[in-house]
Amino acid sequence: MKKRVLLFVALAVCLVALNGVLVAAEESTITGTVLAPIKLPVPQDPTAKNYLGLTEEGSFALSQIKAQVVMIEIFNMYCNNCQREAPRVNELYQLMNKDPKLKGKIKMIGIGVGNTPLEVEVFKKTYKVAFPLFPDADYAIHKICGEVRTPYFIGVKIKTDGSLRVFYTKEGGFQDPAQFLKIIVALSGL
Amino acid sequence: MLQRKRIYGELAIGAIAAMCLVTMAYGGSATLKENVYDVGALKPIDSVPKLQVGDKAPEFTLPAVSGKTVALAQYRDTKNVVISFVPAAWTPVCSEQWPGYNIAKPIFDQYDAQLIGITVDNVPTLYAWTHQMGGLWFPALSDFWPHGAVADQYGILRSDGTSERALFVIDKQGIIRYIDVHDINKRPPLDDLVRELEELKK
Repeated sequence: MKKRVLLFVALAVCLVALNGVLVAAEESTITGTVLAPIKLPVPQDPTAKNYLGLTEEGSFALSQIKAQVVMIEIFNMYCNNCQREAPRVNELYQLMNKDPKLKGKIKMIGIGVGNTPLEVEVFKKTYKVAFPLFPDADYAIHKICGEVRTPYFIGVKIKTDGSLRVFYTKEGGFQDPAQFLKIIVALSGL
Repeated sequence: MLQRKRIYGELAIGAIAAMCLVTMAYGGSATLKENVYDVGALKPIDSVPKLQVGDKAPEFTLPAVSGKTVALAQYRDTKNVVISFVPAAWTPVCSEQWPGYNIAKPIFDQYDAQLIGITVDNVPTLYAWTHQMGGLWFPALSDFWPHGAVADQYGILRSDGTSERALFVIDKQGIIRYIDVHDINKRPPLDDLVRELEELKK
């Protein structure tokens, strides 16, 4: 009888673990690939410009951000889940900045898919988002990122040749910003 | 033989139990998006206009999700009114449009405007839908019965009984100042609305 109970428990645990792997695999469909170049307008706001380490005007490539790792949040001002996630995303950003080991090494940006500059501004003001947000009104960046559902998180490493290697992707929200940051740090090798 | 059958049975029960655990772990948090029914691409506009800018806005009184009724006339002389008709609850685009307006209240306040949302759904459906949005600051009204009567008055009732995705800006005197019968498959940018609200100031 004891053996059967053990067998039952072992099987249940194995199946849960297997499903966890499958879910992780599903969330990481583009992990390991190189993200196509993304060009964004240099922020007008000096704080945002300084945060990204940009000195020129006009536009910049994502690989020009002064960091080793960039976390990209794909959001939409109209998306209810993105709105609900906003406080946790802000907390993640604060944690990144607070950690002296990470300061300057990891930066965060948001891409408002299908959003005009005004719509992005409404989102930024409502949730007091401190990291730079960029509109993607014509969904051009959304296409590069695989037309993912929002919110979506993409972690990229800036390689020495200027390419962006995706080391992590996550669809939907995260429960615990500290835990999420731990995953990012571990997978990025920072 | 009997023992082998019993083991297989236990294995099957174990598998079912594991799947239940998995469902609880990963599927427990149903979100608004996950409950949206994909209607596919629709005919962009499927109605014949009945109103134009400069016309007096047709009066209406409709039941709201709050349990009260809301009449257009109650805002006369005090507020500009923006009516957002959306085709139906639990459909794409609509399920994002109102959450977007939900965080844009300061813009409506800035232009002394009251937003009113209307769909042809009944009140319980509207309640469930807006409740899952986390509630709305503006009234959500049901144009369910007589079915789509207000949408029809405004010339935006589609042949399948849903309404167009349309915006009407009505000034404090009850005159229509802007009409946007939008492609049903696309969300109107907030910028257009802000531009028209700005026009009211002139």
